[in-house]
Amino acid sequence: MVTSLGEQIRAHLPYQRRNAATAALLIFAMVLTLSAFAEVGLARDGKIPSGLFLYGGGLVVLAIIAFLVQSKFAPYADPLLLPLAVALNGLGLAMIYRLDLDTSKDRITAAQAGKKFLKDAADAPGQLMWTFVGIALFVAAVAIMRDTDKSDAKLSFTPKTAQRYTYLIGLSAIILLLLPVVPGIGSEINGARVWIHIGPFSVQPGEFAKLLLVVFFAGYLVNKRQAMSLIGKKVGPISLPRARDLGPILVIWFLCLGVLFMQKDLGTALLYFGLFVSMIYIATQRVSWVMIGVGLLAVGVFIATMLPFMGHVNQRIDIWRDPGPYFDGGCLVNEKVVPVNPNTDIYKQTKEALETRAAQYEAQGQAAKAKSTRLIEPGYYACTNQLKGDYSDSAQLMKGLFALGQGGVLGTGLGQGQPWRTPLSFSDFIFDSMGEELGLTGLMVILLVYALIVQRGMKTAVAARDPFLKLFAGGVSFVLALQVFVIVGGVTRMIPLTGLTTPFLSQGGSSLMANWILIAILVRMSHDARKPAPQAIQDEGMTQIVSTR
Amino acid sequence: MSEFTLTLIKLAFLAVLWLFVIAAVGVIRADLFGSKAAAKAAGRAAQPRASRPAKQPKQPRAPRAGGGGGGGGGPSKLVVVQGERAGTVIDLTGVPITIGRAGDATLVVTDDYASSRHARIYAQDGQWIVEDLGSTNGTYLGRTKVTRPMPIPPGVPVRIGKTVIELRK
Repeated sequence: MVTSLGEQIRAHLPYQRRNAATAALLIFAMVLTLSAFAEVGLARDGKIPSGLFLYGGGLVVLAIIAFLVQSKFAPYADPLLLPLAVALNGLGLAMIYRLDLDTSKDRITAAQAGKKFLKDAADAPGQLMWTFVGIALFVAAVAIMRDTDKSDAKLSFTPKTAQRYTYLIGLSAIILLLLPVVPGIGSEINGARVWIHIGPFSVQPGEFAKLLLVVFFAGYLVNKRQAMSLIGKKVGPISLPRARDLGPILVIWFLCLGVLFMQKDLGTALLYFGLFVSMIYIATQRVSWVMIGVGLLAVGVFIATMLPFMGHVNQRIDIWRDPGPYFDGGCLVNEKVVPVNPNTDIYKQTKEALETRAAQYEAQGQAAKAKSTRLIEPGYYACTNQLKGDYSDSAQLMKGLFALGQGGVLGTGLGQGQPWRTPLSFSDFIFDSMGEELGLTGLMVILLVYALIVQRGMKTAVAARDPFLKLFAGGVSFVLALQVFVIVGGVTRMIPLTGLTTPFLSQGGSSLMANWILIAILVRMSHDARKPAPQAIQDEGMTQIVSTR
Repeated sequence: MSEFTLTLIKLAFLAVLWLFVIAAVGVIRADLFGSKAAAKAAGRAAQPRASRPAKQPKQPRAPRAGGGGGGGGGPSKLVVVQGERAGTVIDLTGVPITIGRAGDATLVVTDDYASSRHARIYAQDGQWIVEDLGSTNGTYLGRTKVTRPMPIPPGVPVRIGKTVIELRK
């Protein structure tokens, strides 16, 4: 009987401070990052690259600061969250550095040849700067946020403070979501309107909106969960909710469809709606809500594919089913795909016609017009003007799949593949780039690291004492999981492709900032949940003196 | 750099990646079952906890190192070490023991701070578990409030109102 006793007792002991474990794992994460840089350099030039000291060193310093702040302000925090995030950020930085080496070489040759060079390119210094901003936000958030039991102190800000402003936060989330549609500040990049421009920076407000939406859903559901889970008519195996409880889910559904129509972004719509359904499930523990949600989503997507002006979404689905005909350019005319790739006659004719026109403009002295005419993609022009169809190009997806195939089980090794051949190999398609150079073996590690972050977040939700914080932590972890699923599923052709960022790996400031704030919130909440409860410092009596440390 | 060296570097890096994940899982495992360091820390923490009640007539036995990793079997009696019924000994036979002010409780305590049905101690899988039955003032295992059924380590006092009980061999 006694064999398992020791183990069992420890299982119920209160949580310990695990700063030593955090430090050890963090050192491991740094070793990981530095060896990734070293491998890139050794494979390419046979020596340790100079980037190791700047980028690797920079990340090490940032991680140490983050660790010190966490162990001071949140000593009982979950030991895994920070090291896992640093490891992902470091791997992403190494991959972006590696892609930057190639694309910058391309840029130099292009500049020497007098040609225009790539507009979108891997930018390792930029990514390091955003990592700095992201970790600075993490540090600030962990240091500023207080535990919930200290919320009565003046000017204190806890994760629970957000509950007071539930509807205000919901409103600002919707405003952030709709900003890219506003003409002037929003812009369409690669067929989706998810960007806004502030000065020299372009921001993806959706990344921040997702956090605000989690707060809104949590605040809303905390009040309504009892009504939603208890009241309802039983029809067969599922119990139908009251109309007034169903109202909000319909509003969110319409809103997501609105996002889908206006921003032409299926992935974002899927992300927000999935988040809402999952949070309803966490709040009410009723499967019927999930069934209603999935049903509504199916209806929404079906309607979206029926509508004529949703060409972009339709094509994404079409490409997902069969990307072949769209390679290097395909045109959807009357439900049929006409290839307009550079090998087709129509492409060659259009290219000639465009060239003639550019030459005419040049002869008339209109250099600007000539230049813009030369920049028109002939396939796109032929499709929209002559064939009157919807143009799309599956080359990116297919090249990503080729990269995965090239990588195989063990990968080519960092710095030894050709991942830059895929457009956006450093942002949307960084998972495929990783797949090419690290192989299935490496991809499994990346997915496991994501899974561990999500698991720690869910664990925090289980350990949290306050229902709002439970929903908050659960929602935040779920949104991360869903985002990874949507983008990784997209680039591996498991679901139709949509442009979402791969958390911590993709190049981009908005994504890094939002995700580091997400980790900061989880760290604060896990410290709150895991620290020992206030203890009686005297043994008896009605009025207990309690030390809140 | 030769092809062979590069392959070795590649495999070494993949190994490092996997070791990282394994180390992370190891930390979770330690969180669940306790690492050796955590067990030692718990042992240190249990000692002052057990000797805390000042008016206690007899010092409780120090907890066994390692949490009972072998011979000797489990506790055989329940001893009231503090409170109105101090000195009472109940033999542990495997039958659940209820504690409270109600007359039908196994151990009736006349204590203003105890509830009628305050707590229950029962055997499960060879261990004794204490469970709070929704009492007003709570049950404490050592200094931890009992919020869910918890196994009672030997030598750790269970406090119910003014009464402190302990499991002894």
